[in-house]
Amino acid sequence: MEYIKGGKHHWLMQRITAIVLVPFILWFVISVVSLTKMDYASARDWIGSTSVAITLISLIILSFYHAQLGLQVIVEDYVHTKSARLAILVLMKCALIFVVISAIFAVLKIALGR
Amino acid sequence: MKTHNRPLSPHLQIYKPQLTSVMSICHRATGVALVAGALLLVWWVIAAAVGPEVFDKVQKFLTSWLGILILFIFTCTLMYHLCNGIRHLFWDAGYGFRLEDVYKSGWITLSIAVLLTSITWIFVIILRTTVI
Repeated sequence: MEYIKGGKHHWLMQRITAIVLVPFILWFVISVVSLTKMDYASARDWIGSTSVAITLISLIILSFYHAQLGLQVIVEDYVHTKSARLAILVLMKCALIFVVISAIFAVLKIALGR
Repeated sequence: MKTHNRPLSPHLQIYKPQLTSVMSICHRATGVALVAGALLLVWWVIAAAVGPEVFDKVQKFLTSWLGILILFIFTCTLMYHLCNGIRHLFWDAGYGFRLEDVYKSGWITLSIAVLLTSITWIFVIILRTTVI
């Protein structure tokens, strides 16, 4: 937890993920807007192509890492009871890791199952 | 820590909202909202991995008026958080701390966020109505 470990690493990682996310977000918005057909087959074609799958997995990892860093600060700001704070932070981290693993598995399933 | 219900600063009930403070809390709010947006993306990807029936349900929801409204709000919050995040990075680098600069960058941030959201949705409308 940050209040034990010190906040320097947290602060730095929040900025680094923010900067790296900028091109990924622009790529994502432009790509999704340009997807002219959105049916099942074309969505799978898009997600499953090697370059998109790799970029999408990177985007998912980066954005959820950035999200967890931000959410952590909010919890630390507003939850003052130490035990509750620790419980929320641990649960939140586990939930986010579960979501990221599921998402990566889904992308790989599409990309490798073609 | 026991707080004895003492008043906490800032007293939001009597505090006059300013561009600076409102934009600051909006950065947090949009950050939290974007977690929901990211979950929406994950839901869409997982649906595509599960099968056509599930995917079509998700797609049907996303193209309903409620789905489009959610996607539009998602775009607004994303562009706001993106632009204001870059504003924060300038502060981290030590620029733009004079009060007039803070207001100026605030208005610039809002304008660019509105512009990017508009461009995105103009392209959505053009591409969706001409191709399909």
